[in-house]
Amino acid sequence: MSPLTRGFAEPAREAQAAFRVLMTAMSRPATVHPFAAAVTPPPPLSPELAAIALSLADPDAPIWLDPPLAAVPAIADYLRFHTGAKIVGRPDEAAFALVSNPLACPYLDRFAQGLDAYPDRSTTVVLALATLDAGSALRFRGPGIDGVAGLDAAPLPRAFAAELDSNHALFPRGVDLVLLAPGRLAALPRSARRIEGA
Amino acid sequence: MTPVQDGYNFAYLDEQTKRMIRRAILKAIAIPGYQVPFASREMPMPYGWGTGGVQVTASILGPDDVLKVIDQGSDDTTNAVSIRKFFKKTAGVATTTHTAEATIVQTRHRIPEEPLGAGQVLVYQVPIPEPLRFLEPRETETRTLHALAEYGLMHVKLYEDIARHGHVATTYAYPVEVAGRYVMDPSPTPKFDNPKMHMSAALQLFGAGREQRIYAVPPYTPVKSLDFEDHPFRIQTFKDPCALCAAEGVYLDEVVLDDRGGRMMVCSDTDFCETRRAAGHRGAMLGTAPAEIAGEASHG
Repeated sequence: MSPLTRGFAEPAREAQAAFRVLMTAMSRPATVHPFAAAVTPPPPLSPELAAIALSLADPDAPIWLDPPLAAVPAIADYLRFHTGAKIVGRPDEAAFALVSNPLACPYLDRFAQGLDAYPDRSTTVVLALATLDAGSALRFRGPGIDGVAGLDAAPLPRAFAAELDSNHALFPRGVDLVLLAPGRLAALPRSARRIEGA
Repeated sequence: MTPVQDGYNFAYLDEQTKRMIRRAILKAIAIPGYQVPFASREMPMPYGWGTGGVQVTASILGPDDVLKVIDQGSDDTTNAVSIRKFFKKTAGVATTTHTAEATIVQTRHRIPEEPLGAGQVLVYQVPIPEPLRFLEPRETETRTLHALAEYGLMHVKLYEDIARHGHVATTYAYPVEVAGRYVMDPSPTPKFDNPKMHMSAALQLFGAGREQRIYAVPPYTPVKSLDFEDHPFRIQTFKDPCALCAAEGVYLDEVVLDDRGGRMMVCSDTDFCETRRAAGHRGAMLGTAPAEIAGEASHG
């Protein structure tokens, strides 16, 4: 067994800082925010994915790992040690799904969608991307957006635009997405409505 | 940053509680107006004194935040003073009474007169989060009504107001529809403040401690006060301007001055009123009002 690598040096302060970036991003969908992740998880778990997990997962909030992450036992050990969260085998049992390979991300309806009476009981899908910038490839309107907000991001899951549309159509059910790239974070809550055209 | 009291975690709550509340806040933001259940904790203050707002503030607060706390618009009443002291002691954060300087404003039932900006967070203390509670006491039923977006009951209540009084007589906790979906209780703010929630640049978070619910209105989100075409929503208006700072179009409190019918109307938002007076605005009673109301500065 490999030695455990470092989590947050100052958990109270660092978890608050990470959460605050995520809260701001969730309240301003499709805007890109600087996101410092000073943790050293075992690869291929990115520091940004690990920082989200360490901030918000715990014994009450289980984690699902995509196949490349699940294939490395040290990653599950790392997350279990630092968060106490259960690592679940099915995407729809997870509070947080950590996705290191967005191209092979399960369809969004495979994750917990919440119930009509309890739409909050849904998975937050966290994707590690290579690039994430303000742009116009994906454009959104909705609560939290002053007019229109747009993103350029890569690589994205299969048929991502259509997936986002069907996810939004379920509102108030559906999943919320967190997009991460090195040093960056953006959020696409289910309330964000994708729009076509330039 | 002032030194933090030994023996407490930052901002009083333990980390697992904060994570639970933070997860609820994220869901609340993603589903504007929907009440997210959370496992509210016992706080070192009684229910009804802002335990929900305090838990929300404790969970979002960081060492660099500047906190303002108001109670009915006032920075210097017991509830506001003790909550401000609580966070000074347990988190060591800077506090202020100036709305523009604050990054987080915790409020009991008023929205500051000065418009809030992007990046500011307004945390409401909520006694009863369920707008349908007095119409339907069963939680199982109100939950279904929200799931079905079945809000006819609320319109009937407003209609009965009109039938009985000739106008909608609800003046506070006036129900709003958030982003075209959920009907929400804006907490017992005067309906005067409802229009300030509409498309606000600030994030609005609502915490109900005893009732264990958190809900939110993201920035730039439509918030519509329920009404009828022939009885459109109207806010309260005041005949005279503030007697201390001459402000018009703001929410005024009536202050009884003696037992012979003497009274004055003054700004409910004390910071707004003081800022205006410091800028030279003078109301009709500024020179004659008792110092307890006008403050020492006005009698210099």
